[in-house]
This record gives sequence, structure tokens and C-alpha cells, in this order.
Amino acid sequence: MELDPVMIARWQFGITTVYHYWMVPLTIGLGPILVFMQWRWMRTGNELWLRMTKFWGKIYLINFIMGVATGIVQEFQFGLAWSEYSRFVGDVFGAPLAMEGLLAFFFESIFLGAWIFGWKRLPKRVHLLALAGAVWASIMSAFFIIVANSWMQHPVGVELVDGRPVLNDIWAVLTNNTALAAFSHAICGALAVGGGILLGVSWYHLWRRRRDGIDTVDEDGRVIVGEAQEIVGRDRRDRSVWIKSLRLGAVVGLIAFSGVALTGDWLGKLMYEQQPLKMASAEGACHTGTAFSILTVGDLGSQSCDDVVPVLEVPGVLSFLAKGDFTTEVPGINDLLPVYEARYGTHLPVDDRYGDYSGAEIDYLPQMEVTYWGFRLMIGFGALAAGTCLLSLWLTRKGTVPASTLLMRAAVLSIAASFLANTAGWVFTEMGRQPFVVAPNPEIEQNIFLFTAAAVSPGVSAGELLFSLTAFTLTYGVLLLVELFLMAKYVRGGVASAMPEAFGQHEDDADDHLSDDDSVRTRRSKTDDDVLDFAF
Amino acid sequence: MDLPTLWFAIIAVLWFGYLFLECFDMGVGMHIALTARNQQQRRLILNSIGPVWDGNEVWLITAGAAIFAAFPNWYASLFSGLYLPLVIVLLALIVRAISIEYRSKHHTARWVRLWDTGHAVAALVASFGVGAMLAITTTGMPIDEYGDRVGGPFAWLSAEAVIGGLGLVFFSLVHGALFLTLKTGGEVQRRARAFYVRWLPLGILPLVLWVLIVQFRSGTSASWALTGLAAVAALIAWTLAIRNRMRASFVGMGVFLAAGVAAIFSAAYPAVLPSMIDPAFTLTVENASSSDYTLTVMSVVALLAVPAVIATQAWSYWVFSRRLSERHMPELHEILPAIRTEAPSSKTEQR
Repeated sequence: MELDPVMIARWQFGITTVYHYWMVPLTIGLGPILVFMQWRWMRTGNELWLRMTKFWGKIYLINFIMGVATGIVQEFQFGLAWSEYSRFVGDVFGAPLAMEGLLAFFFESIFLGAWIFGWKRLPKRVHLLALAGAVWASIMSAFFIIVANSWMQHPVGVELVDGRPVLNDIWAVLTNNTALAAFSHAICGALAVGGGILLGVSWYHLWRRRRDGIDTVDEDGRVIVGEAQEIVGRDRRDRSVWIKSLRLGAVVGLIAFSGVALTGDWLGKLMYEQQPLKMASAEGACHTGTAFSILTVGDLGSQSCDDVVPVLEVPGVLSFLAKGDFTTEVPGINDLLPVYEARYGTHLPVDDRYGDYSGAEIDYLPQMEVTYWGFRLMIGFGALAAGTCLLSLWLTRKGTVPASTLLMRAAVLSIAASFLANTAGWVFTEMGRQPFVVAPNPEIEQNIFLFTAAAVSPGVSAGELLFSLTAFTLTYGVLLLVELFLMAKYVRGGVASAMPEAFGQHEDDADDHLSDDDSVRTRRSKTDDDVLDFAF
Repeated sequence: MDLPTLWFAIIAVLWFGYLFLECFDMGVGMHIALTARNQQQRRLILNSIGPVWDGNEVWLITAGAAIFAAFPNWYASLFSGLYLPLVIVLLALIVRAISIEYRSKHHTARWVRLWDTGHAVAALVASFGVGAMLAITTTGMPIDEYGDRVGGPFAWLSAEAVIGGLGLVFFSLVHGALFLTLKTGGEVQRRARAFYVRWLPLGILPLVLWVLIVQFRSGTSASWALTGLAAVAALIAWTLAIRNRMRASFVGMGVFLAAGVAAIFSAAYPAVLPSMIDPAFTLTVENASSSDYTLTVMSVVALLAVPAVIATQAWSYWVFSRRLSERHMPELHEILPAIRTEAPSSKTEQR
């Protein structure tokens, strides 16, 4: 069997990046919510907010480290498997990556370490600032990496010197309209994930409390809060933790999804200008027109417009997505392909460095089944999760969730929907860029682009790539199970799993004392025994 | 100094930062298996780096990204040439990070043992791999005129690579022991101190060997002077350790490492990755670098960021500067599901 290094390298990049981007949106989305919770605790002194900070903080950290660990791979794999790409784009692409390290990763990791271990060592205000600093840095890291990615979608701020793009305007790269749209879209998408996990997990706990007979409802359906002393953490305030988390999550989710829709529209309109074939293939739009496809059948995978039959179309909607009106004709695949072929050629150059792809015919159409369905799954999962947020606000208006097990399962499953919406969006935008790794910018004179087939490391064999693909996939698979196991364990443990000290394990430093600064100071000077109040 | 040379120096500084900080993290990881005698001691050793290890690791990520930004050809050739060893280093770094964070989140003996072993082995593998990579980039690899490795997946393997790998493993062990001496109390501290004093001369030997190999190939008078300084610093560090002046010894080891790294990089300059096939194919600061515009932008960023990074990191070491002992380890709590195991009483059900 002939192994194709390009395909193996692409699968490896896809698997490692999709995996990484399961951890990242949760980190970015939950972070600002945590800052809000701890800020509320500091301002009000209400222990409710401390419990929320501690519990969601624990979930945040279990997930955070997986994002860190898999993020190192992201930083290195351009050089490992994509050395020709690295050489081609290095003058532009390395800079945002280095900025990410210098301006984001350092502060993220240092401040987060200070937050985890600094509950009693730092003054309350500084401790909150440490968390805020870490969260801010994680958002900055998203900005820099999306700047780098957006340059691959829409190269700006460069000129071609000796066949290589050379940076001549860093400001243009940092304010690339593609980057600004994609960054705000990604942040909104991440916040939706943060809201989604609050909603799903809190729903489970409220359901559990009803199931265990702790909370009941009166004839109007209003909650009667109870407590179960034999279950650690199940006091009356525990219900408040979950109902507040749930409703906060739903509100954050709704705001985030509104943002997702707005920024997505912005990004979509840019894509129609910058990568028209990506959008045409996402629509299965073979012919120029105005109609948006609700359902297209036929063999999308055949990459041929002859095999695709639009079944249900809404006239005008495609024009609205692309241009903001209902009449502009949006160019279809059949009209776009000749334009691409005329400008960028019909065949790859005959060159050893293209390997088996030397002189091959270029198919400018991205894999239509992936782009078509990726686009629809992104929107579909997003709408599903947004609908869950709206519905849950209504269903929980009387202070708890319905006793239905089915609804609880649906709420927990809806967590997955917001993750999958993020994944589908990235798969769509990255696969939709093919066959380019750096897509040409039609707005500039010079043809600055690179084919994916020309980007892999010429010195690395298919066998090496296959080894690493297998090793990464297996390791990541096992680690995903480990993370889910720990997540489930801490979720089921409830607040007590994240702050055992609050529930009688240490009578003398019950949490309520923590809320005034004096006790913090006394504790610090008390003995040298309180060097750590948290340890691995 | 022209911009590529400046960036060569900045990257050497980033590597020094990584080696100085992360070598004790890696050493501490290995000492979980070597020095600890019971559960509490293993936890103590792990927690001595708890708040700071992640910030230390960022020096590696930043060094890698800075090479990409400033010398794309160096980044592309070195990383693709060392494909298999670097994949293994990445896997080891993943396992180590997860080990640190997940070890105490579940309490069965098997779970804890698994992650402790994973941590120690991953620290060993990652140290060796990074050491081998740095040795190779300062001594050479078979690369062709395009900068691509020739000769198959293991063409990078050389005696120098092994010496560099061992150099970091051994140095990490003594450096980690020194860190534990400063950071812990009780039996762990006594054992760590004994380890440090006994093994220091042998522990730095492969590192010194690597420095000398580079000197004999392309040493300048300045780099030889730095080599001498490193030797003197190591000697002083050892003397101080014998006299139980551990903080001063730590400073001495820092000077040793700084002078050693400076000696290696200044002797290798201007080569960033020598070709073992033909010196004409050697990557240098000139033919591997980014444009002056990019380097200027990055210089401004580095000028603003590096002092802020160092200040923030120093602050975090200051916050967590207190010495830890076994008795400081907070109790571990079993995490139980908040679920009623028996059926709810009929009374509550009626309500």
C-alpha cells in the first residue's frame, strides 16, 4: 500500500487540533464566568458565590491542564510535519506565535498557578486579579493564534520577495478583518460552551436533589427547598448554587449565541469576498443564484456538480448571507472554478518537492460533503444549544428543574451540542480552505498562496508520520477517557468535592470566616503550618 | 550587533531560562521516584514545584516559537529533522503535565502510583530529548541544500546527541536535588542535600563534555573564557554545598549554567544548525533568519514582554517562597458522589 504523507499529516493536524479545541473553548468560556463569580464573592461576601467559584474552578482546572498539555503540540507541529509551510510563512506566521508565548502563555500559567495555590497566601483582591490575569491572557492567546490562522485564510500585510511572503505591515496582520471577525466569533462560541456546561451540570444536580427527595414542589410547581444532612454538601444553600449557576449559564449562553450569530454573519460575508469557493461549496451552490439550500441530496462526495440535486431552497437567503440583500447573484461553483483555474493554474508544478503530487491536476473545490454538512452542523448544534438555554430559563422559573429524567439527560447532552458546534465550525473553515494551506487573497495583486500538497516536511517519511499519528491518537484517546472520568467524578461530588473544608472536615476554618480580611491575616500569621491550603 | 545576531542571543537567553527553571522541575519529577520514601514525601516533592512548573515550561514553548519567528529555516529544519525524538518529547511533556495535575484527584493506590511513575519517566524522557536536540543544533545533523534531513528517521543520532541528552538528565537530577534542598524540610531535604553534594561533580560531567566538544570545534577566545568561568562557578558551587551554604550554591549553579549555555552558543555562532554533509549547507543566523522588519517588530515585543515576564515570575516565586514539609501537606479528601444511596423516607416524599 502506498502511504500518502500529505494525507497522514493532515489527519494528524486535524485530530490533534480538533482535540485541542475541545479543551480551549471550555477554558476561555468558563474563565470570565469564574472571574464574575469570584468578583461577586469579594463584593458581597456571600458564601454562595465562593461555592460557585470553587466548584466551577475545579472543573475549569481539570480541563485547563489538558488544553495546556495538548497546546505544546500545536506550537511544535508546524516545524515537525509542515517544514515547507514553516519556511514559506515563517516571516509572518512565527511572529504571532511568539507573541502568544511572550504576551499570553507566560502570564496565563504564572497567574493561574498563583490562583490555584494562593487562596490564603494572597490578599483577596490580588487573588482575584491573578485569576482575571490568567483569564485575560487566555483570551489574548486566542487572539494571537487566530491572527495567525486568519493570515492563512486571508494573507495581508506582506509582499512577495523571492517567492516568499515577507512581512511589511504587522498592524495589517493584527487587524486583519478576517482575524477580528474570527476572534470575536470564537470567543462567543467559547462563552456558549461555558454557559452550556453550567446549564447541563447544574441541571443534573437540581434533578438529583429532587430525585433524592431533598427538594420538592408545591401544587403551583414552586420549589420547597430541603436539606439532607447525611449527604455531604446537600444543604439548603446547595440548591441556590445550582439554580443560580443554571440560570447564569443560560443567560451567558443566550448572549453568547446572539454574538455567535452576529459575528458569524460578519465572518460569512467576509468569506464570500475572500474565499468564494469555500462558501459556494458550503452551499452546494453549483449555479450562480440567490437561493439558500435547506436540503441538497445526491452524491456530494463525488465533487461533481452533475451529481448534486438541490431539493429545498429558499430564494434570497443566500444573497442575504453573502451581501445583506435578497437579490445579489452569488457566484456558484460552476462559475468560480474557471476563475480559480485561470488565476492559479490547473496543475501543480512538476517538482520533486511535491512528491506524488508533482504535476497533479488541482481540484479547487473543497470536499463538498464536509463543507456542506460542516456548515449546517455548526448552525444546527448552535441553534440546539441556544434553544436549550431559552427553554431552560422557562422550565426553571419556579426555582428548580422538572423531575423528568429524560429532560435531565437532554440537558446534560446539550453540553455536547455547544462543543460540537465549535468543532464543526473549525472543520468547515479549515477543510473549506483546501486545496490551499495559505489561501490566496483575491483583493491583492500578488498571488500569495501555498498548496497543502507542497507544505509537508520533505525529509519526513510516511512511516514516521504514521507512527506519530498513531501515538498521538492513542495517547489523546486515553487521556480523554481520563479527563471525562475525573470530570464525572467531581461533577457528581458536587460542591463538597471542590471545597471539602466547607462541610465540616475542618471545623475551625469553616468558610464563612474567610469572607472577612481579618481572619485571612490572622491565619497567615498564626503558625507556619498553613504554608499550603491546597496541594496536589 | 545586527538583528539576527541579537535574536540568536535572545534565543540563547530563552534556552537558559528554560534550562535553569525547568531542569529543576524535571529533576524534581525524577526525584519522586528516587528520593521519596513514602506517600507524604512524594506529595511534598511534587508540591514543591506545584505553583510554578507551568510558568517554567512556557520558556520552552516561547523558545520554540521565537525560533520560528526569528529563524524559520532553523525551526523547519531542526524540528522536521528530529521528527521522532521530538514527537516522543511532546508525548512525555503531555504525560508529565497531566501527571502533576491529575495525580491527587483520585485516591486509589494504583492511580497514584501510575501518575507518579509516569511523571518520573516523562521527566527523564523529556530532559533527554531536549538535551539531545540542543546538542544536535550546536554540533550538526545531516541536512541537504534545502535544509532537509537525509539518511532516514534516525540520521540525527550521534554521540553528541547522547552526551547532550545525558547532560540534561544528569544536570536535572542534581539541580532538582538542590531545589528540593532549598524548598523542603525534614527527611526529604536531608536526602536531597546528600544527593546533591555527592553527585554534583558527576552530574555536570556530560554537560561539561558537550561544552568542550563545541569549544574544540569552533571555540573563540570569548567562548573559552566563558567555559573557564563555568568551570570555576561549578567548583565554587560544590565547595559551598559542602559547607552547607545551599542558597549560595544555587547561585553558583546558575552562573555555571549561564556561562555554559553562553559558551556553547557563542562558540556555535554564527551556525544555528551545522550540516554534517557539506559546510555550505549549514544554517546560519544569516541564511535562516526572518526579514529585518519582522525581527524589529519582535524585538519591540521582546523588549516589552521579557522584563514583565521575569518580574511576574519572580513575584510568583516570592509568594510561594516558604519552605514545605511533610506536615504541611493538607489532608486528601475522598470525593464521593452527592447521591442518596438508600431510598428517601416516605415523609419527604409526601411533601
